[in-house]
Parts: sequence; C-alpha cells; structure tokens
Amino acid sequence: MEVLLQPWPWYVSGPLIALTMAILVFFGKTFGMSSNLRTLCSIGGAGKYADFFKFDWKSQQWNLTVVLGAIIGGFIAVQFLSDGSAIDLSAATISDLKVLGFENAGATLLPSEIYDWNNILSLKGFSILVIAGFLVGFGTRYAGGCTSGHAITGLSNLQLPSLIAVIGFFIGGLVMTHFIIPLIF
Amino acid sequence: MKFLKFLFVGIFFGIVLVKSEAVSWYRIFEMFKFQSFHMYGIIGSAVFLGILFLWTFKKFKVKSLEGKAINLPAKNKSVTRYLLGGTIFGLGWALAGACPGPMYILLGTGVSSMLLVIAAAMLGTFVYGLLKDKLPH
Repeated sequence: MEVLLQPWPWYVSGPLIALTMAILVFFGKTFGMSSNLRTLCSIGGAGKYADFFKFDWKSQQWNLTVVLGAIIGGFIAVQFLSDGSAIDLSAATISDLKVLGFENAGATLLPSEIYDWNNILSLKGFSILVIAGFLVGFGTRYAGGCTSGHAITGLSNLQLPSLIAVIGFFIGGLVMTHFIIPLIF
Repeated sequence: MKFLKFLFVGIFFGIVLVKSEAVSWYRIFEMFKFQSFHMYGIIGSAVFLGILFLWTFKKFKVKSLEGKAINLPAKNKSVTRYLLGGTIFGLGWALAGACPGPMYILLGTGVSSMLLVIAAAMLGTFVYGLLKDKLPH
C-alpha cells in the first residue's frame, strides 16, 4: 500500500497509460481527450455559428463519461492515494524556476504563481491562463488531436501525421519554455 | 449502465496521470528544459507498449468488445495543419502546463482555477471552428 501512495515511477505510469489507450480501442473507441472540447461547444449551441459543431454529439457521450471519470480519478488520487510527498524535480529545474521567481517548486502539482486566484485576479495572471487555454484549444483542433490522440494513440499506430504533430508540440513547447516564459516571469 | 465501463477507464486514467506527476506544470517545464528523463520515460514507454498492443490486436485480428473488427482510422495526410496546429498547441501546453486530459483531472484534484483554462480552451476550439475553412490544412 505504501508503494501505491508514493509517486509512481515512469516505467509503471507509461505502460498504464498505454493500457488505458488499448482498453478504449478494445471497447471500440479511440483515446482522445481534446475531442471533448468540440463536443462541449456543440452542446453549448456552437452549431448555430459553424458547421464544424453540427454533429451528433450524443455519439460522444462515452468520451464525456471518460472525462467525468478522469475528474473523479484526480479527486481519488489526491484524497486517498497520496502521501503528500513533493515532486522530485531535478535540482537544475528548481534553481531555474527560482531565478524566474517561482518559490517551492514541486511542493504542489501546480505553481501558485500561476494558479492561485490571488494571482489570476490581475490582468497579467488572468491573461496567462486565458491565452494558454485558448492556444491549447485552438491548436489541438487545428492539429486534429492532443497528447492522447497524437503522441500516444497516433504514434502507437505508426501514423506519420502524428509524428509531425508531436514535433510541432515540441517546437511550441520549447519556444514557450526557453524564450517566452522568461519574458513573462 | 453501458457507460459505466468508460467511467472506470476515466477514473483509472485520472489516477495514473496524477500518480505519474504528468499533470504537474513543473514536470512539463522540466521536460522542455531537458532536465529530467521522467516525462520522456513515461511517453516513451507508453508509445513502446502502445505499439505492441496495437500490433497484437492487428496480428491476431482481435475483435472489439462489441464483436467488430478493430480499425483505427488513419490520419489524413498533410504537413501544414499538423506542424502549425501542433506548434500552437505546444505553446499553450508549456504555458498552462496542462494538455486537455490533465485539465479535467486537475479540476478533480481541487484546482478550481482550471475551470478558466477549460473555458478558454473551449473558446479556442470554437474560434478554430469559425475559421476552419480559411486556415491552410
């Protein structure tokens, strides 16, 4: 039980993510989390504005159920399956973050500097989260998938388009981390 | 009832992603800084095993639970949309430290501000839907 409560090593987590993908394929579906954003837009009436959102969203109820489960899973993991140990970040990461003004890196899952409401209720803090979310939502649909659809499912299925998308993920991620984040913080 | 199995898959997925720390902003930052093997180990081992799973399904013509042939749709051939869309996604992923799956999971861990990110991601998807026909694909 103690082992369960500690952070899980990559060689346990990675294969379990592959198992999640394989189970969904066995259930006759595909693993793709970002499609739910489109479904939520359709439910909200976006079909009135663009044909892209005119589809039978009820066919996606299974995927919304996965989302509901993922929310519950997140709750269970922190409430019942955690011993509160800090994230074992590399010393270089912690010191780089300190230079940028991030204190206590790894003490929680997310930095309070970005996700605390106190910081969000400023123009800068609000803009950071809205722009970040917008880029994820726009980019994932443009690219036709996110980390689950392209990096896990697409690469496992040896799809060249998914490899191109993952290269794009890294171009964007590297530019943000190395050039833009140091300008923002 | 027919959705119950999907609820359990989601719960399993949520627990795995929290326990792996892949939902952590810090881990994503560390990955893009190439300062730890952790995230590369997760993605690499997931893809390695994923290839084995899908190869096995094909090799032994495994039928899905509903008795149908397992057939993963091939992605349309293109470079522009994947490279441009992927880069835009990557910019957001590194800033938010969360991709769509972890956004929902983190909401479950009690991060209420993730609702703002999810709403913004829906807005981004909506704007893509409006501009779809004008964008190069």
